[in-house]
Amino acid sequence: MIRISIRLFATLQRYLRPPAPGEGTALEVPEGTTVDGLLRTLGVPLEQVKIVMVNGIHAEMEYVLREADRVGVFPPVAGG
Amino acid sequence: MEKLLRVNMSDLEVRSEELPDEYSLLGGRAMTSTIVAAEVPPTAHALSERNKLVFAPGILTGTTAPSSGRLSVGAKSPLTGTIKESNAGGISAQKLASLGIRALVVEGQPAEKGFYVLVVSAEGAKLEPAGALAGLGCYELNTRLWEKYGTGAGIMCIGPAGEAGMPNAGVSTNDRENHPGRYAGRGGLGAVMGSKGLKAIVLVCDKTFEAPVADKESFKEAQKLLSKAILEHPVTAQALPAFGTAVLINILNEAGGLPTNNFSSGRFDDAAKTGGEAMAELCKTRGGKGKMGHGCHPGCIIRCSNIIPDEKGEVACAPLEYESSWALGANCGIGVLDTIARLNYLCNDVGLDTIETGVTIGVLMEAGLLPFGDGDGAIALLDKEVRNATPLGRIVGAGAEVTGRVFGVVRVPTVKGQGMPAYDPRAVKGIGVTYATSTMGADHTAGYSVTSNILKVGGFVDPLKAEGQVDLARNLQIATAFVDASGLCLFTAFPLLDIDYALPAVADMYAARLGRPYTVADAIEAGKEVLRKERKFNEAAGFTKAHDRLPDFMKYEKLAPHDVVFDVTDEELDSVYNF
Repeated sequence: MIRISIRLFATLQRYLRPPAPGEGTALEVPEGTTVDGLLRTLGVPLEQVKIVMVNGIHAEMEYVLREADRVGVFPPVAGG
Repeated sequence: MEKLLRVNMSDLEVRSEELPDEYSLLGGRAMTSTIVAAEVPPTAHALSERNKLVFAPGILTGTTAPSSGRLSVGAKSPLTGTIKESNAGGISAQKLASLGIRALVVEGQPAEKGFYVLVVSAEGAKLEPAGALAGLGCYELNTRLWEKYGTGAGIMCIGPAGEAGMPNAGVSTNDRENHPGRYAGRGGLGAVMGSKGLKAIVLVCDKTFEAPVADKESFKEAQKLLSKAILEHPVTAQALPAFGTAVLINILNEAGGLPTNNFSSGRFDDAAKTGGEAMAELCKTRGGKGKMGHGCHPGCIIRCSNIIPDEKGEVACAPLEYESSWALGANCGIGVLDTIARLNYLCNDVGLDTIETGVTIGVLMEAGLLPFGDGDGAIALLDKEVRNATPLGRIVGAGAEVTGRVFGVVRVPTVKGQGMPAYDPRAVKGIGVTYATSTMGADHTAGYSVTSNILKVGGFVDPLKAEGQVDLARNLQIATAFVDASGLCLFTAFPLLDIDYALPAVADMYAARLGRPYTVADAIEAGKEVLRKERKFNEAAGFTKAHDRLPDFMKYEKLAPHDVVFDVTDEELDSVYNF
């Protein structure tokens, strides 16, 4: 198992209980878990996911998670 | 017949002119920049009688085009020394357009210092002495002006900062609830208005959608398509109404590009407490007058604005936008939404641009005048020092660059004298190219590269690499110059970039409104033409490529968490205007 932290934002907040985007939620996942696999486990509808960042860098759904990764997941958002 | 209204503050007379033929295709920023470039000597002092202040609705403003109620305000800027267009929402632009006014030009200067109110209606326009209205903050001023001229009047006004000629003073416009929070904030245009002796412009007009349209049937068809695109795009249909523009706080923080403690880090520990999600939660738990999904003008179908409630459910501030929440929050190390809302309220009341104010306070905190995170200190600075134009208040009111110089600070995040908005260009390099090369000084709206760098709207260009940023920033600056002329909200750009039928629909609306052929190619050329005019004015005012640069510290000071510097080369920056 490896330990990661995840943050879900905007409309995706509801898929983590309790929602805590600031602090992030610590999770243990099996080695080899991808972002895609992680989101499926959490029940996040993948069609609502637009942007994934791992350690602050845009990542693909196939990215294989590593120890201490910080994952942030967003639906389509913009502003400015 | 559409017209141009000239308000001469030297002889206190208002003259109406027929719109010259050569101006017939110009609206918004295209109109303000054309008039300023044609009539203001580029070397004029911005607060002298030789400067002119121009208000112009966009070409589509005052029509039934969705989200099209934007106002352009232009002049030579006392903050940057460049030409300036500052863009605002609110209810005034649609009233100007419905009165047939394509531009309102304020010129000259009264021989004796004093303040006036310009009242414009279908019957004509007249100047009245401001009397006891002079000196008032914008909230009290707006209340009194509605009492005197009627509920629903459009108000464009200045606060004490504008009256005192501070280079960071903005022009306030009101929304439908008469909050004075829809600002043409950037570049000190409020000081230009103050230098003309004009405290407020009141538009007494209950019409909103009466701008002339040559071919109403064709217009309606094209308008439906743009509405469809806006309501189809997940950003404009869902994210913006639910969480407002401050939904960006968390994503910029994740990306390591949220400038924190005066641009010394790209992450803020308390970011989530100041974002759109937290604002939505506050509106839900406190209720009362709090509201997300608020439209800044009639006919807006995006509704990104909000009303932030205080503890009792009364209005703390409306709106609280991303840039303001960041400037007065993360950039000053302040992570308490109530404090940020109070600071934004004070900016609105005193008459200051929130971005420049937050960047300036960040520089002051860096200088050690008050510690990072000192919300009460920041509140006192605005409410006591700036409001009363004390010597310290005048320094703050002069903006970040002057403040940095006065206090001997090296880390001063400005370009051409204007404070940087809410994206650190070391971690979002495309926006760095826009900051460096924009005709406006550091301005995110001039070419919003964040869209492809961070949000994956309109493609993806890696924010941490130099490659591709110049092309991105150039194309967005051209497209934006057109959007700013159209009167469409810049947020229509998200569907315009992603949905192929949206931009042709805008060109079709132009054609139907103006009664002449108009294509997407015409729109692109119109955007380029605006930039060329602005650039030419700046060159004649003394600006060279040496001014198209980011502050030196960004080239060698690494930004956490990615430990990056700004590394787009000077040669690449100099190629932005190769069209």
